[in-house]
Amino acid sequence: MERNTLLMLKERAAKVRMLSVEAVYGAKSGHPGGSLSIADVITYLYFHKMNVNPADPTMESRDRFVLSKGHCCPALYSALALKGYFPVEELKMLRKLGGMLQGHPDMKTIPGIDMSTGSLGQGFSTACGMAVVAKRKGYDWTVYTALGDGEIEEGQVWEAAMFANQYKLDNIIAFVDCNGYQIDGAVEDVMNPHPVDEKFRAFGWFAQVIDGHDFEAIDNAVAEAKKSGKPSVIICKTVKGKGVSFMENNYSWHGKAPKEDEYAIAEKELRDAWIKAAEDVKNG
Amino acid sequence: MAEKEATRVAYGRKLTELGEKYDFYVLDADLSGSTQTAVFAKKFPERFFNCGIAEENMISVAAGIAATGTPAFASSFAMFACGRAFEQIRNSVAYPRLPVKICASHAGITVGEDGATHQFCEDIAIMRALPGMTVVCPADSASTEALLEEVLHHNGPVYMRLGRYAVPQFYEKGEREFKLGKGIVLADGKDITIVATGIMVAAAMEARAALAADGIDAAVIDIHTIKPLDDKLIKEYAAKTGNILTAEEHSVIGGLGDAVASVLAETGNAKLTKLGINDVFGTSAPAGVLLEHYQLNAAGIVKRVKAMLNK
Repeated sequence: MERNTLLMLKERAAKVRMLSVEAVYGAKSGHPGGSLSIADVITYLYFHKMNVNPADPTMESRDRFVLSKGHCCPALYSALALKGYFPVEELKMLRKLGGMLQGHPDMKTIPGIDMSTGSLGQGFSTACGMAVVAKRKGYDWTVYTALGDGEIEEGQVWEAAMFANQYKLDNIIAFVDCNGYQIDGAVEDVMNPHPVDEKFRAFGWFAQVIDGHDFEAIDNAVAEAKKSGKPSVIICKTVKGKGVSFMENNYSWHGKAPKEDEYAIAEKELRDAWIKAAEDVKNG
Repeated sequence: MAEKEATRVAYGRKLTELGEKYDFYVLDADLSGSTQTAVFAKKFPERFFNCGIAEENMISVAAGIAATGTPAFASSFAMFACGRAFEQIRNSVAYPRLPVKICASHAGITVGEDGATHQFCEDIAIMRALPGMTVVCPADSASTEALLEEVLHHNGPVYMRLGRYAVPQFYEKGEREFKLGKGIVLADGKDITIVATGIMVAAAMEARAALAADGIDAAVIDIHTIKPLDDKLIKEYAAKTGNILTAEEHSVIGGLGDAVASVLAETGNAKLTKLGINDVFGTSAPAGVLLEHYQLNAAGIVKRVKAMLNK
């Protein structure tokens, strides 16, 4: 990955984090922890990897992205807004009556949302549906999807994993955002899904484990995935609440908004990080 | 009059015929022989996906396929397609209003010997509760075939209820126009209107003949589309006959009877009796025996009509 690309991605991801927490604060509810852990993957996809066109959100040849862990849509909405699918101002209406940005992604109302998601496990299956059409019709688009490490406790995820292997879906790349926590606590304490990589391998998938906050690692893993000839999973070790000191690795920030004083701290930390990232872009 | 045939058989045949002309996918969950999607699969293997015994995944995969712009048919037994995978239908299909057609066979009590675990008599109730869901229940082969084409061209989700049991054929192919949401008046009458769906339509026609012998003039309406319901037609016949009996191979809770009751509650101009499964689970027995046991036949209709009219 070229240095200017890397710096650009770091700046965009910092901005996505800022906007995500601002939107959740404005909505007085939402899921900041997982939005912050998946922010880098989403930023990488929309600002570097995916063939998409904000001016033509339903372009047939586009790559698809399904946020199977739909509750982390503040990060996706922020990335879509920054990419130009809709005005950044719209984020102020997150979860509010009359706004288009629903609490979970709604493909009918939000430009750039490829599938309505929110009920865990289902998005992963729908991504397989999109991928299997591309295989049968000879389209060359790639379907990307992101799941949580809590989400993979859903049995449907493994039904879909079998399906992808059965139909040789080498055009699907799934990211599992392993931030280690779900609503009730550490995933190991609630319902241990590990070892995630071995499970997927046993289901016929090509599995890699990377640092989900390292853009070069993500980029290399996607390149390897595309060469694998198999459905591919990239298990991303991430930090829940990444970028906000008091949210990091604290599962109580899975699904609540910061209060005013908490937001002041979070906003400053995220803004400082963004200002630094923006300066790095300028200085090269 | 043609031989008896199950609506699922007409489904498999028509689906394959439509496959020649139109682009769509078909999915099944290891019951393709029973649901008859195997007929389609044999002819168009490149457009068929057996999803294995995994109905939840099947419905969501169908949604993903439909999201690319090509309609998808998903079939299994009603119990599993819309019972087990209800939440997938609600959130992956109905909420995004995707063109997924859940065509489920083995609905109702006529599953027979397999018993209560497989006899789904609550499917209409749960499907009609979903915003934007069209609910179709054809009576015989000709209506299944005609309605299936409508279902394919309908731009949105559909639940089509099909049966295992071979039923009498009374529509001639091409005899009538079938439009989703438009009930069919099979016979006019002045004393009572029998509003039936699915296999109960044939029973209603048989009952009509028996009632006529006793001097009771019954109208018969085939409500092949339970949602959207043909309110206008129900209101017209409520006003005309003042008595309505609904007949369905489904629970009396939440099905055709309750849909009609909602209309009559507004108009307040007709008495209603709901014939169906009375809030119980089924039991194992041959289908014909069960229909008699639960009085879901012409005799059952005649008995209830006479009780209603005090004759």
